[in-house]
Formats: sequence, C-alpha cells, structure tokens
Amino acid sequence: MKFTLSWLKQHLDTTATAGEVVAAMTMAGLEVEHVDDPASQLAAFSVARIVEARQHPNADRLRVCQVDTVDGRKEIVCGAPNARAGLTTIYAPLGAFVPGSGITLEARPVRGVVSNGMLCSAAELRTASESDGVLELDDSLSVGTPAAMALGLEAVIDFEVTPNRPDWLGVVGIARDLAAAGLGRLKDPAVAPVPGKFPATIEIRVDGDACPVFAGRLIRGVTNAASPAWLQQRLLAVGLRPISALVDVTNLMSYDRCRPLHVYDAARLTGGFVEARLGREGETLEALDGKTYAVTPEICVIADGSGAIGLGGVMGGESTKVSETTTDVFVECAWFDPIRTAQAGRTLGITSDAQYRFARGVDPEFVVPGLELATRLILDLCGGEASEIRVAGAPPAPPAAVEFDHAYVQKLSGLTVADARIDAILTDLGFAVHGEMVTPPSWRRDVDGKADLVEEVARIEGFAALPSTPLPEMPRPVGGVLTVRQTRMRTARRVMAARGYAEAVTWSFMRTAWAKLFGGGDEKLRLSNPIASDLDCMRPSALPNLIEAAARNSRQGFPDVALFEVGPIFRGDRPQDQASVVAALIAPHPPRRWDAVQDAVPADPLFVLKADLMALLDEMGAPPLQVVQGQASAWWHPGRSARLQLGPKTVIAEFGELHPAILKALDADGPMLAFELNLDAIPEPKRKPTKTKPALALSALMPLTRDFAFLVAVDTPAGDLVRPILGVDKSLIAGARVFDVYQGKGVPEGQKSVAVEVTVQPVEKTLTDAEIESLSARIVAAADKAVGAKLRS
Amino acid sequence: MTDLTKLEADLSALIAAAPDAAALEAVRDAALGKSGSISDLLKTRGAMSPDERRERGPLINGLRDRIGAAIAERKAELEAGELDARLAAEHVDLTLPPPPERRGRVHPTMQVQDEMIAIFAEMGFGLAEGPDIEDDFHNFTALNFPPKHPAREMHDTFWLPQDEHGERKVLRTHTSPVQIRTMQRTNQALPGWIANGPPNGGEPPIRIIVPGRTYRSDSDATHTPMFHQLEGLVIDRAIHMGHLKWTLETFIARYFETPLVETRFRPHHFPFTEPSAEMDVKCDRSGADIKIGQGDDWMEIVGCGMVHPNVLRTCGLDPDVWQGFAFGFGIDRLGMLKYGVPDLRDMFASDVRWLDHYGFSAFAAPNPATGLS
Repeated sequence: MKFTLSWLKQHLDTTATAGEVVAAMTMAGLEVEHVDDPASQLAAFSVARIVEARQHPNADRLRVCQVDTVDGRKEIVCGAPNARAGLTTIYAPLGAFVPGSGITLEARPVRGVVSNGMLCSAAELRTASESDGVLELDDSLSVGTPAAMALGLEAVIDFEVTPNRPDWLGVVGIARDLAAAGLGRLKDPAVAPVPGKFPATIEIRVDGDACPVFAGRLIRGVTNAASPAWLQQRLLAVGLRPISALVDVTNLMSYDRCRPLHVYDAARLTGGFVEARLGREGETLEALDGKTYAVTPEICVIADGSGAIGLGGVMGGESTKVSETTTDVFVECAWFDPIRTAQAGRTLGITSDAQYRFARGVDPEFVVPGLELATRLILDLCGGEASEIRVAGAPPAPPAAVEFDHAYVQKLSGLTVADARIDAILTDLGFAVHGEMVTPPSWRRDVDGKADLVEEVARIEGFAALPSTPLPEMPRPVGGVLTVRQTRMRTARRVMAARGYAEAVTWSFMRTAWAKLFGGGDEKLRLSNPIASDLDCMRPSALPNLIEAAARNSRQGFPDVALFEVGPIFRGDRPQDQASVVAALIAPHPPRRWDAVQDAVPADPLFVLKADLMALLDEMGAPPLQVVQGQASAWWHPGRSARLQLGPKTVIAEFGELHPAILKALDADGPMLAFELNLDAIPEPKRKPTKTKPALALSALMPLTRDFAFLVAVDTPAGDLVRPILGVDKSLIAGARVFDVYQGKGVPEGQKSVAVEVTVQPVEKTLTDAEIESLSARIVAAADKAVGAKLRS
Repeated sequence: MTDLTKLEADLSALIAAAPDAAALEAVRDAALGKSGSISDLLKTRGAMSPDERRERGPLINGLRDRIGAAIAERKAELEAGELDARLAAEHVDLTLPPPPERRGRVHPTMQVQDEMIAIFAEMGFGLAEGPDIEDDFHNFTALNFPPKHPAREMHDTFWLPQDEHGERKVLRTHTSPVQIRTMQRTNQALPGWIANGPPNGGEPPIRIIVPGRTYRSDSDATHTPMFHQLEGLVIDRAIHMGHLKWTLETFIARYFETPLVETRFRPHHFPFTEPSAEMDVKCDRSGADIKIGQGDDWMEIVGCGMVHPNVLRTCGLDPDVWQGFAFGFGIDRLGMLKYGVPDLRDMFASDVRWLDHYGFSAFAAPNPATGLS
C-alpha cells in the first residue's frame, strides 16, 4: 500500500515529517517496506531564474544564459528552445547527479563556452517520461527553493498491509492508527449525504449468497473529462494511471477509504435492472483488461438484461464501461464476500485493487456512506444530478461486543497501563467502550476476543515499554533434555565429520524417476506444485541426492569426496512413514601417494566405509548386528553389498558399492561406496538407575595367541567361520580375527585358505600344553562342523 | 719391568686401532683369552716367590684391569659409532606429505541448530519433533488460519495430491504444527519421536523448542524451497510478553556471543499469536556483509507472540488458565548472519569446497565451557 504525506494530512492533522510518520508506523505494526523520497533524490536541485539569454557564439541551437541561482549568478549553456530571459526554472549545480541522464555535471566547455551548471527539463529530473524544454515554473517561486518543494513532489511511503487489517488499505485507516499512536489528530471522516434529486429508475437485486449488500444510484448529466491536476497527481504518486474523472474517483475512493466502487455507463445498461448473482455455467464476460473470462457458479457476477456485465468485486466489464461520452452514470457500491472474492481472484487469475480489498474485507457499514462520498466527488468534478439511493440486501452482522477485563492487559502483555489510557486507546481506534464491554468498529472484523484488544493497547502504548522478565525456574530433567534418538542424531553428525565426511543438507524431494529407482515414487508422495520438475517427489532415500552431489563436485574438478547427511526419508505420507537416516557416500579417487608400495594391490576402500559404519554404530550404542549378504536392495552392487540387521525383520543399515547401472541412470561416474542407516530402527538401551559401568575383571595372566589356517569353499563367508570359533569357549577365547585370505598355488581349486588368529585369555591359572591342545582341537572341530573347514596342513 | 710396560703399550695401541667389534674381540682374546698374553702372565704368579708375587702380582693385576677397561671403553666407542652410522643411514625427508586424509565437516545450519539447542536447553527447553508431511489441520486450521483465509496464501504451500477423502496433505510451511501436536497430546498411536521431548509429555507447563525442515514454494537469493526453522513454545499460568522479550533478548546475546546486541520489538500479525510481534536486531548493512550489533539499521530476526486463545482452545487448554508465547527463527538465516554466509542457496548445494570453508570441525560441539563454536 502506497501513500504520500500530503494525502495522509488530508485525514491527519499533524506536523510530523515523513521520517516521523515512518517511525510511528513501524512501531504501531505498519511495516514500512520502502520510502521513495524525491526531496533527498533532488536535494541538489533548486529554483533559478534566467536573467539574460544570448545566442551561443559558435552554435545555432545553444544559448548562453546568465542565471540567478542559489549559488549566485552563473553563466550556463543551454540547448532548450524555451530558455529565455525571465524564465523561472530548475538549476543543477556542478557535481550534481542528474537522474534522467545518468551523468554527474562537470565544468566543461560547450563549443568554447564553459557551462557552470545546468538548467533542467522534467525528463532530466525524472518527473515526466519526456519533455521538450527546460521546466517552466511559476514566477512567484523564489530563487533557491528546493526543486522537490517547487514541483510539489513528496515522499511516497510503501508498507506491508498484514491480512488482518484491510482498513489500512485506505489512507484514513492509516491516519486513525497514527492519531491513536499520538502523531496527530484524526480529522472527522464523517460523510455528508447527498440527497437524491429524483427517484432511482434502475432496480437493484442481490442473491445474498453472491453479494450480501448492493447499493447504487444514477447520476445524470455528467461530463466525464480528465480529472483535475490534484487528483491526477495523487493517483500518479502512488502508481495509478489517471483515466477519466469518473474512473479516477473510484480509484481515489479505493485508496483513500478502502472503498472500491464501480461506475457503469447507464446508457449501455439494459433491462432496467442490475443484479448481483452467481455465475452460470457457460457464461463468459469480456472484462476491462480486454480478456474474456469464463465464469463459474462459484463466482459472483453483476448482470443486467443482457447477461453478465461485470465480475463482482473483481473487475468491471467492457460492454458497460464509462467513456468520455458518458452522460449518465450508474454507481455501484457493494460488499462482496471476502472468501468468495478471494476464490474468484484465484479462479480467474485476476488480482485487482478492488479484488485485493474485497478479499481481505472492506467495511460493510460503509456501503451507503461510501456511495454518498463518491456521489459528492462526482458531482463536484463532473456535474450532474443524483438519483435517490437504492439498496438491496443487508450487510453482515457487525462485530460482537467483547467482554474485557482491563487487568488482562497486564496479565497477557506484562505492560502496566492505566484503565483510562486503555479506554482512550481503544476509543481512538474506533472501539466503543462501555465499562467492561468493548465493541469493535465495523471495519475491524479481525477483532473477536480480549487478546485482540490487548494487542491494540500494547502496540499503541508501544512494545518498547514491555518489561524484560526472566522465565520462572522450572524443574527440569537431570542429565540433559535430548532424547536418546536426538542425542544419536547429534552424535552421528560429529562421528561422521571426525571420520572425514563433509555434511551435506540436500532437498527432501527429488525427481520421481530417481525416487522410483530407490523404491519410492508413490503417487501419494508427488508434489502437486513442485518448484521444478526435478524436485517433484518426496525422497525414499537420501542416497540419490548424495550421488548427484558427488557427481556435481566431480564435474567441477573435485572427484574425491566423502559426504554424509542426517535427515528424513519418506515411505508414505503418514507421520509414521517418515524415518531419520544417516546416509554416507564415498567417491574414492584418493590422491597418489609417494609411499605406496609398488605394484601392491591397494586396500579395498569398501572396508574403509565398513569401518566408518561400524564405528558410527558403536558410538550410537547399537547392539551387535548380523552382516547378511545377497539380500540388499536393488540399487546396490549385488556382490559388493550387505545389510546389517538385528534379525530378518529389523534391518538397521545397508552398505556397499552402488550398482553401476544406477549410477549411470543418475549420470554419475563410479565407483561409489555408500551406506544408509535407519536411526529409528536402532533399539534404545535399557534405562539404568545409575551410570555405573560393570566391574572390569582383569586377568593377571598373559594372553596367548594361536594361528589356524583353514581351507574352506571359496564362497564361505569368513564371518561364518569366525562366529563358531568364538563360541567354543566364551570364558577362554577373547577374540578371533581373520588375518589372511589366500587362493591360488597350494590351495585346491574351489577352496580358499582363511587364517585366523585366536586369542586365548586364561582366567584362573596358566593353561597346560594339554589344555591348549584340547582347546585347539575343539576350535578345529567347531570350524569343521560350521562350514566344513579343514585345517590346512 | 719393561716387558709389562711394553706389553701394555702394544695392547693399548691394538685396542685403539681396532676398527670394529670383531677386531677388538681378537685383541681381547689375544690378551685376556685362554692363552692370551696377560692370561699367561697371570698364570706365572703361581710359581713366584712370595716377595716376587708381592711385587709383581699387583702390577700384572693392574695391567689386566686397565686393558680390560680399555677394551670395554673401546667397545662402547665402536658401538656408539655404529649407532650413529645407522641413524645417519635412516634419515628420511620429513617435508614429504603424510598419507592423505579427508577433513570432515559439520554443516553450518546443523552447527547453528546445535548451538541453539544448547542455549535453549540451558533455559530448560526440551526438544520436540514432528513430521515434515502435515495435514491441513495441524499446519493451518488448528493454528487459527481460517479455511480459505488469505493468510494461507502468504505461505506458498507445497501440496500433495488429494486423497480418497478429498484431503490434501502439505509439506509443513513452518514448525508451528508441532505446537499443536505437543499441546494436543494425541500422538500416542504415532512413533515415539513425534512431539516427544517435553519432559511431562505435553501437560503444561510446557517449554519446548522444535527445530526442523520447513518448505515453501519459493526460490530466489533469499528463499529456498526448503529451509530450517526453530520453533519455541512456552505455556504456563502467568507467562506474558515480558517473558518472551527476555527469552529472545537472552538468546540473541548468547547466540551472537556478544553482550551488546541491541534489539527492538515491533507489532506484527500472525494468525496463531495475539498479540504478535517481530524482533529486529541492530545491524550495519552499509558494507558488503551485514554486521550484527553495529550501525543503526534494523533487521528482522524472529517472529513471535502470545499463543492465540483459539489455538489453546483447539488444543484443549483453557485460555483463561493457560497462556504463553511462541516464536520461530530461521536457522539458516541466523547462521548466515553469524558466520557471514552470503547466499542461502549455497547451503543446499553440497559443494565440497563450500562445506570445507563454511563447515565446522567435529569437535566444535557447543559447550558451556568453550563457547558455541
């Protein structure tokens, strides 16, 4: 919403400057977005008078002028045809920046004569789009008067109107709040009725569903010429285009009183009636913007004997619009339902000044007064005589009185405000106060409870006066406020960063085609209005985004990346379908190393990733998990992937190398290694009454190690060999670890040698050779029983 | 006596000249071995007369001791030389690089989220969470957005398709639905993570924060379709706007880690709070980047207000008994302001150079002893 200071002063008796108005608005909740202040933009320019204008000695079309300026008499070269002695115009000194030409003035000779400044046209000051000479101003202006003042230019204030306050969409509404805030006195906005000179001849009908109340009157014998300069200037200042007196009056009413109206050329109305009704299927209308719209039964249309002639509260129709030949005008002043008008705007794709105001809700009690005021303006500007007013329908019920205990101001806001001051603020804002009962004014349909009244009092009293009161102490849980799961998310982030992964935060959505590759893409999870077609589906996994990020980094010259993300995935649209995952990805392109052993096979980076995953699970307190191969999801390399599970139904994580076909589909170069871990699936540890750790029993005896080399079938998982060994004697066997895997010479075809180092920790006494022999035999037997392993001879 | 003197001189010369341990051992054997020259002399003592033994015995013993000591000393000398030589041969060029390692980083938004949680945890706030896909009731209706009200349009909502009941889920446009889920306490059927956090299960008094992903269909230099908010909710019997002001002022000073950040409260409008406010911080926008706590410009940093009575009523709380405040910060934006991140969009671009530069060490976890980062 835009307005100027002089417009405001039509309603507010004040000496405040634009700066003071802006400050008061801000603190009263009218958030100023922008102030366009010509006085500061044109600060260097001022009124000057040409004393003498001579022909330039070297140029036919230039004149050398002696000019009285704020800086004394100056010799200025001027090319304007109207530069003549005695002319009062605008002067720009050397060093001034001329907005219209974009140059800064310097003392430069023009065809041999130095010009000590410049005389300006309206275009050069950007007060008109074009001009054909320097400005010609009233001779009564004294030399040195600032240009903005001389030209009647003033600051334009633009502010954000919050949806609860449609009354601020009229300058009088702004003035009322500023008056309450102490910036001046509100001038009486009351409207004097204009008695009708003759009976109304046009019948008005409403369908209450479409339009609750509709008032209208005919004004005969008007002359619809251009509106006077003061009105044109006022409209131009806030960015409206003057059209004709009748149309300009409706725009003025819209911005001045938040009271949109419509004017019809009465000669073009047919049937002797105007009605507001719901649209009919198949009905179309050519609106004032020249476009033809199909109306629906949800939209309010204005119709006469010929059918639809306007979109109620949205836009008038082409067929009945006023023109310079209009002599009889029918003026419509109605109250259209906010929700219906908002929907009509959306359906039709029209946002007009009227639609914007009706959608937010104009004052229902200002229908007839608004029509009276418009009549007065039309009669003043266009002449003619007005009929009696006709009204159809009735405005909605006014806001109900609110029971208001004044002590509630302090209880809710903490502010101490005297009862009399509370009443004064509310009264200034238009509320009717009767003891503990407060009735909001008709234009404040947003107020329906006592908290709303506290807001009115607090914002006018000023939020600066709010006390700063420490929160009361509150019993809180010892040992931190985060849940186990929340702590795990935090831990996960720090563990992954400590292990060399950079944390990414990627969109929760991705392209549907990718979601489908990762088990998602359900119709229920596709956005109806995505911001882009490649961000249209809620993600079933965080991996595609990490793959894409790695590929993008690679294309920028940084292929060696390790990324992770802690975030949500979506398996459906219900709350319980959302899970939190830790996803991590390595694109292994390690730099070459000076200390690498020549021709040695480098360690498989997949096991680096596995180590990171195991460390992460350990830090989050996960129980021991089974590693199961051959059952991981389709986006993994079938031979180089596995899942970690508590049991077949509780999969905690999947990890491995990503399937090359998937990477290709995502336009990424492999190999890439990744894991995705479902945080929510990790069981929480049992709560214990204390944090005491179990006692540690350290044996005084030396541990001993024995190596076993087993021959097993090549496809036997090493884990299946180790697990039974650990189970042979849990009190003695402290560990078993594979330290070599070999295939080739000396090992039969189809088999591999797996060497296991078993650590034995005697507890009570040193083991005898016989006891060690016996234990070894049981280990060999267990390995044989489990996977058919034979000791390699 | 000259025989002993000469023998000592000869042996001493041989010891001194021994080039290595083997040569020295040969000398030792020749002198002190089974039939070494000194050993032979020692054997002659048995045949000596007592007077002779008294006179020559100590001389021979002395010779044995001195040669033995000389050999030991030479042996130590040779060993030291060998060690020096070995060490010299073991020289490496320590200007060579260590094995390459990646440097991991914590994302700035997540770092800031941890910082905010740390500050509010100290003020007694628990942490609640809610789903990103919300229904219309929790995201709008319960928060006092009347159906079809223009305020809904201000939210640029992402919609999911209509279900069989004609209802459309939304991507939550703010973290405020978790206020409703917390106060309503109707999440028993849902997984434990939803709206958990308040120590007393949502029964007032309530003091929670809600960090999380939020979504609006908007995209330019200062808007991304996904961003992060941190909601706060305090409900008790006598909480008023003064408590809200103190809470936010205290948070801002602690977050920016400077005591003198000037703030101001302005009236504003949100459907779910009444009165509603925005808080601005003083800043300097004259340079290339915004400096908080300097200059004389103001920047909006948080929306807030007293929880609207309609919201309390919807959640089954009597507004004549319970009242309190709510606020909502943009986490990404707070991070940009504190750490000088110029463009919001970069937060979600996963550029490893950017993450390395603007990210944080794993060990920069906020801590009351060391500060926030």
